[in-house]
Amino acid sequence: MATQEIAIPADGALGSSFVDRLHDLVITVDHKKLGLMYIGTALGFFVVAGLMAVAIRLQLVIPVNTLLEPDVFNRFFTMHGTSMVFLVGMPIIAGLGNYLVPLMIGTRDMAFPRLNAFGYWMFLFGGLLLYFSYLGAPGLAGHGSAPDVGWFAYAPLTGRAFSRGTSTDYWILSLLLTSVGSTVSAINVIATTIALRCPGMTMMRMPLLVWLMLVTNFMILLALPGLSGAQIMLLIDRYPGGHFFDTQAGGSAVIWQHFFWIFGHPEVYILMIPAFACLSEIIPVFSRKPIFGYPIMVGATAMIGLISVSVWAHHMFSVGMTSVGNTFFAISTFLVAIPTGIKIFNWIGTMYGGRIRFELPMLFCIAFLFQFLIAGLTGVMLAVVPFNWQLTDSYFVVAHFHYTLVGAFLFGIFAGFYYWYPKALGRLLDPRLGLLHFWLFVIGFHLTFDTLHFAGFLGMPRRIFTYDAGRGWDTLNFIATVGALFQATAILVLAINIVRSARKGEPAGNDPWDAWTLEWSTSSPPPDYNFATMPTVRSRRPLWDLKHPEDPDWKYE
Amino acid sequence: MINEAYLTTAPKAAEWKLPSARKVAIVCLILTETTLFSIFVAGYVFYIGKSLTGPTPREVLDLPVLATIFLLSSSVTIVLAERAFNRDRVGLFKLFWFATIVLAGLFLTMTAVEWRKLIYHDGLTISTNLFGTTFYTLVGLHASHVIVGMCLLLLVFVFSLRGFVTIMHRERLQMISWYWHFVDAVWVVVFTVVYVIGR
Repeated sequence: MATQEIAIPADGALGSSFVDRLHDLVITVDHKKLGLMYIGTALGFFVVAGLMAVAIRLQLVIPVNTLLEPDVFNRFFTMHGTSMVFLVGMPIIAGLGNYLVPLMIGTRDMAFPRLNAFGYWMFLFGGLLLYFSYLGAPGLAGHGSAPDVGWFAYAPLTGRAFSRGTSTDYWILSLLLTSVGSTVSAINVIATTIALRCPGMTMMRMPLLVWLMLVTNFMILLALPGLSGAQIMLLIDRYPGGHFFDTQAGGSAVIWQHFFWIFGHPEVYILMIPAFACLSEIIPVFSRKPIFGYPIMVGATAMIGLISVSVWAHHMFSVGMTSVGNTFFAISTFLVAIPTGIKIFNWIGTMYGGRIRFELPMLFCIAFLFQFLIAGLTGVMLAVVPFNWQLTDSYFVVAHFHYTLVGAFLFGIFAGFYYWYPKALGRLLDPRLGLLHFWLFVIGFHLTFDTLHFAGFLGMPRRIFTYDAGRGWDTLNFIATVGALFQATAILVLAINIVRSARKGEPAGNDPWDAWTLEWSTSSPPPDYNFATMPTVRSRRPLWDLKHPEDPDWKYE
Repeated sequence: MINEAYLTTAPKAAEWKLPSARKVAIVCLILTETTLFSIFVAGYVFYIGKSLTGPTPREVLDLPVLATIFLLSSSVTIVLAERAFNRDRVGLFKLFWFATIVLAGLFLTMTAVEWRKLIYHDGLTISTNLFGTTFYTLVGLHASHVIVGMCLLLLVFVFSLRGFVTIMHRERLQMISWYWHFVDAVWVVVFTVVYVIGR
């Protein structure tokens, strides 16, 4: 047996050929590479699921359109919703957490690097399995077909009798896989945050992003089993012939809704809190002021986490719960508005009196503030039970949650992209293309989702594949589709910007934004080991202390 | 590519102790597993008495006293094993560790015997009625956790026979023991819900 020679390549020598680079990605356990892989893969799924949304809008552009067959339409809105939540939102937050948390708390990697890689590959193959259903799942006619039961997969539509073939099984199994990935990734982020902080980084000195990621990942641990458990029960119903959701044997279809939304509503906050996290880092840096009310922000986030596990049934007011149940869930839903309102006030309080720099990340944050406010207000409206009875399952609801998930979540994530891209790739995103992206997206977003509120008021139900002329929905739908095309163009501009700036962008240097958290103290992109010397911190803004030794923060904390 | 922000303004913190990442991770795992079991327990409780056909729990279920004794005492033996390990008494450690595995195996055997009786004698399968569906799912979910725990225990036992388990692995053994206590605690809940309340 020949002895193996282990060559240690010089920095940059790895990745000379495509195969080398691929091999490097497959075997990597580095938190930065995995973080970027998470985000890159998520962007791939984002484009696919976004194109489905464009197809859905094109189908609805005029009454009685025949672009998409009804069953294709059902698959598209199912795959769009499922992908956006599980294959875009979740991996983006896992990616941000992976990339930023170790850098921000001053450590060299996650607590369990191999587990980290495992989580990524579970997510990737879960996602591929979901899309493989287009080829592999025998539908009724024997040709391939994707899940078509909606992202919430209400029973009894998912029973064997109503969902023939295996498309629903693809939905179950792929999401179980990605849930395993999300769970281990959450455990990893929590363990890293608690156990690997650099000396001096007490809990109350951590950057807010790390705090918010901690809360989000705890919520993943508390919420995801609801979905996984319900999916296991559904599998047992579908194959060994169980009766959990089988109303003919005494089972209950409503309990699926309970289990699903016990997961589903915290999930919304699991997605939103990382967007809050991006804002809480970006707004102070671009207002040149420390965050206003740091401990209150931490407390408000924890409160959102706590309250959000007790609001799930506001998705089910029209199911026919007792009035006590309705009242409880309406009140708890109103309560969430309090900590979220506190957050908005704190961000505005941070900006108030600051020297605001209107760079791209900040623009996205400001748009977020307006849009999230409206999204929150329509959310409070929908928590009013009689109002909900009137408008549930209408386009008003669609407009409301797209306002939160696009107008707020996505804008927050875009702000984060523009802010941390220079750290990850060493080059700034082109600001002119960025501005074009911003305005196209803002205009497109408002054209689409402002109008859809009114379509909902006028009674347009969700999930219909077409509608008759003369109901007052025609113009609104036309405008919404035009807006969707604007948004698609904006994403194209972003994609061009990301690819172009990676090679041709202006070199960023270590700290392009004059920021205060530890990730900006190392080179861009950071070396494999992140920090040559383990940093020691004495305040919430270690880089401020470094840059201003005459007036450091720790004197006042 | 040197980190340029070596923060000289700060003196080295004299004492900087953080919890072990492994412990945090196991606590998190137990937390998320607890939520998973809660969903199944909630499902079980919700469907108590809602079966449209027999057999009912009262007709077919016997209190699994012996199985419970086996499983709960395995929590004691694993503590004794750990204690022996920490006192460097390797022989005693192996003995108690093996006893834990045997007790877990006996528990699983009792479950198997119970299921065999239910299936062949009472005609209760997972598709018979809601009781069957929820019973086999909840008890099966717990049993699958026992099997996972037993695999971990066996792994350690095989390693210890070959002399690979040293004081370095102290915390890892402790983590397995925490997981094992969790599995036992879940059994207490399952026992109460299925065999006491549900009957």
